[in-house]
Amino acid sequence: MRLELQSITKRFGSFTANEDIDLVVEPGQIHCLLGENGAGKSTLMNVLYGLYRPTEGRILVDGSEVSFKGPGDAMAAGIGMVHQHFMLVPVFTVAENVALGAESTRGGALDLETTRRRIREISHRYGFHVDPDAVVEDLPVGVQQRVEIIKALVREAEVLILDEPTAVLTPKETDELLRIMRELRESGKSILFISHKLREVKEVSDVITVIRRGRVVGQTSPEASTSELAALMVGRDVSLTVAKDEAEPGECALDVSGLTVVGDNGVKLLDDVSFQVARGEILAVAGVQGNGQTELAEAILGLRERATGSVRLAGKELLGRSVRQVLDAGVGFVPEDRSTDGLVGPFTVSENLVLDLYGDDRFSRGPSLRRGEIAANARRAVEQFDVRTPSIDAPVQTLSGGNQQKVVIARELSRPLELLVASQPTRGVDVGSIEFIHEQIVAERDKGVPVLIVSTELDEVYALADRIAVFFHGRIMGVVGPGTPRDVLGQMMAGATAEEVLGGAQRHGHPHGTGHGATDPQDPNPQDPNPQDTKEQA
Amino acid sequence: MSATDAAPAAPGRQAAPPPTATTPGAARRTWTGSALQSVLAIVAALVLGGLLIALTDDRVVETAGYFFARPGDMVSAMWAAASSAYEAMFYGAVYNPNGNTLGQRVYPLTETLTVATPLILAGLGVAVAFQAGLFNIGAQGQLLIGAALAAYVGFAWELPVGVHLLAVIVAGALGGALWGAVVGLLKARTGAHEVILTIMLNYIALNLVAYLLTRPAFLRPGSSNPVSPQLAETAMFPKLLGEQFRLHWGFALAVLATVFVAWLLQRSTVGFELRAVGANPRAARTAGISVTRGFVVVMVLAGALAGLAGVAQVAGTERALTAGVAASFGFDAITVALLGRSKPWGTFFAGLLYGAFRAGGVTMQSMTGTNIDIVLVVQSLIVLFIALPPLLRTGRDRARSRRGRGSAATEGVRA
Repeated sequence: MRLELQSITKRFGSFTANEDIDLVVEPGQIHCLLGENGAGKSTLMNVLYGLYRPTEGRILVDGSEVSFKGPGDAMAAGIGMVHQHFMLVPVFTVAENVALGAESTRGGALDLETTRRRIREISHRYGFHVDPDAVVEDLPVGVQQRVEIIKALVREAEVLILDEPTAVLTPKETDELLRIMRELRESGKSILFISHKLREVKEVSDVITVIRRGRVVGQTSPEASTSELAALMVGRDVSLTVAKDEAEPGECALDVSGLTVVGDNGVKLLDDVSFQVARGEILAVAGVQGNGQTELAEAILGLRERATGSVRLAGKELLGRSVRQVLDAGVGFVPEDRSTDGLVGPFTVSENLVLDLYGDDRFSRGPSLRRGEIAANARRAVEQFDVRTPSIDAPVQTLSGGNQQKVVIARELSRPLELLVASQPTRGVDVGSIEFIHEQIVAERDKGVPVLIVSTELDEVYALADRIAVFFHGRIMGVVGPGTPRDVLGQMMAGATAEEVLGGAQRHGHPHGTGHGATDPQDPNPQDPNPQDTKEQA
Repeated sequence: MSATDAAPAAPGRQAAPPPTATTPGAARRTWTGSALQSVLAIVAALVLGGLLIALTDDRVVETAGYFFARPGDMVSAMWAAASSAYEAMFYGAVYNPNGNTLGQRVYPLTETLTVATPLILAGLGVAVAFQAGLFNIGAQGQLLIGAALAAYVGFAWELPVGVHLLAVIVAGALGGALWGAVVGLLKARTGAHEVILTIMLNYIALNLVAYLLTRPAFLRPGSSNPVSPQLAETAMFPKLLGEQFRLHWGFALAVLATVFVAWLLQRSTVGFELRAVGANPRAARTAGISVTRGFVVVMVLAGALAGLAGVAQVAGTERALTAGVAASFGFDAITVALLGRSKPWGTFFAGLLYGAFRAGGVTMQSMTGTNIDIVLVVQSLIVLFIALPPLLRTGRDRARSRRGRGSAATEGVRA
């Protein structure tokens, strides 16, 4: 099926999200839509999927114009979408999820047998390895994503839209997804692949369309170099690697030993974690999201009540202290989700810049805030960190994600630190700001501050790390050097210890057999329930 | 949102602080919308109220009988009914041009200020709690306990002039603060919802005061009427404008309280913490602010303000403790804070407006025979007009996100 968008424009009030976009997806083609966060990719996909009506422009399927009143129309026309967040009912089986919304019935009773058969057919044809009777919540994220793809295929989709599909996957699962995408292409399906990850885009696409600020700024082939693509995306040359000198680690500053965090349901989220970070060194914690990294950062800050073990900063125990005391000990903290944990949305930029400093003598005298000082501080920070805001009195929630993140970073770096803990410091931040934020973090390291970075983006880990600690199911699989190859890290992120991988071990199952992962209902990556999956890993 | 997509982040979310503020989007918008919306809501409510007055007027009903013959009659009768009712209300609430002396002419305005005093104070108690994300439905109970304590100090203690009134004020504030603190502590400790707690404590307060008014210690000697002895002269607010008016220095206290709350919220570290807790408790906690402590602090503060409303009643207007001393001020305070958008000065002016409704309603009924309940209708319509737009918007947003969950709209705006 040939899908064509002709000069699509979508406006929200006075704001133009998409302007005059032309796009052609040929049958059997993987067409990548590359753009930064906020460039208008998702808006365009929602137009295509019938969720938004275009303000202007036409959509053509096989040469004839179509008009979608909703996703139902889009599906009927052969367009299927796999959302970034899965639309699955966790307690339903795969077959029930696939049937949902398009149930076939026999005499008033639900007929799942047909659906099961279709799932097996599709699963077999593309090598999905999905059991139609498995309950969705028991499946790893990668398999859940395949269920979403099956849902689209069962509805006879000819064009698949994949919205940032690799965001939630391990490198291993990502490779598997890319393989599936190629299989689908071989069988004549078209894929519209939305991403901002250059490596994957280059690996799998036939055509790459780059959009920036709602406009198509170029079309290129996967042969284009990574830096060319980045420059197109951002609109200027960017350096993807941070210029940083060799670390000069000083004495050990942060000493975490035997740290264990227990969740409300009694499950160990962190299990006997020990590591050290020296002054002037960046330790990056790598791992698929949900493997204990969040808990590690939160435990250090004192946000976790059920944490045992020891976290010593320059010899002083941090565990068991209040958040205020930990901050006062000189810990700078960049939470992984700025909008829920890092900023108070309706507060102004200047208020947010002192969110954890208002009690400081600089910004308050007795019970009164020193508003002049707070404003001066804001002007300084906005200038220094190039925060794009209409005014320092604008509510921070009106800023773009990148600028919001700069507010958080600016605040945390605006006082002398003894330790910097930054979770996902550049999540949802445009490439230009990533460069800037990374430079600031490295500068902090060069001042002799120990830095702990938690990131699920391997690119970021490689850009910043002096050493890399890999987390899996709340345990450290090993601490390795910054030059460790991507596939080694990938295997460690899937549960192999450093020794096993580097020692050439064949099996990458759960090495510790404590079973805590498998019993954790919240765990997004339980021990593979799908035996075929494990086989493939070898 | 399916549980599946929440799963990756779930382990990190489990141990969030148990008690969280309850400020979902629609509620927050209802309580913090713009002043213009408030004004429009008042105008719209007055128009609808006028229509209601007109349609229930005898003369209008009569002219409606021959509406098709002479429609002008009915229209002019409607106008006459509504305008005379509102005119009477204005005379009763602001300025009476028929008075013989200046005193008689401005008397209505002083009445409005008198009635507004407890409304403003209790309204501030509701507003300040909402700024920290809590729905304080318990102003009524806090007011009652404050009034009881203040009254007791007022009639049972003998203290010199000045000191006595001060003691009464402090006692009232303490009583309210105590009642508020119970809510704050229970919420901080157990995560119990403050709406349930405050509603229940209202009943306890009401019955506690009714019980006290059966005990000899709280009754006039030799009487079994549920009325406390009058407060000593030293314990009462002096009149603000002379003996012919009921207006007392309690109104000045309300102005001071408004100034204080405005300073507290915008210019103090405590207010900064409270607002942060109200707007985003998770971020507040991450920034080292104790959310649970914030709950206790704000409820103590809210209770103290409502307690001062009780002081204004017993030491100003009523001069004694009765079971009905709180009237419905504690509940009207919720509407006042709502209309004032939880802003200190907004609440102040909303309190004045409600005071005017109360004072003017009586005159309206006696002058034009319009039932005083129409005032209640207008008050309720105001609430409706304020609450409706955010609800409709939320309904629309929900429908949209159901269809799309496309964050494209927000993504677009932020690009």
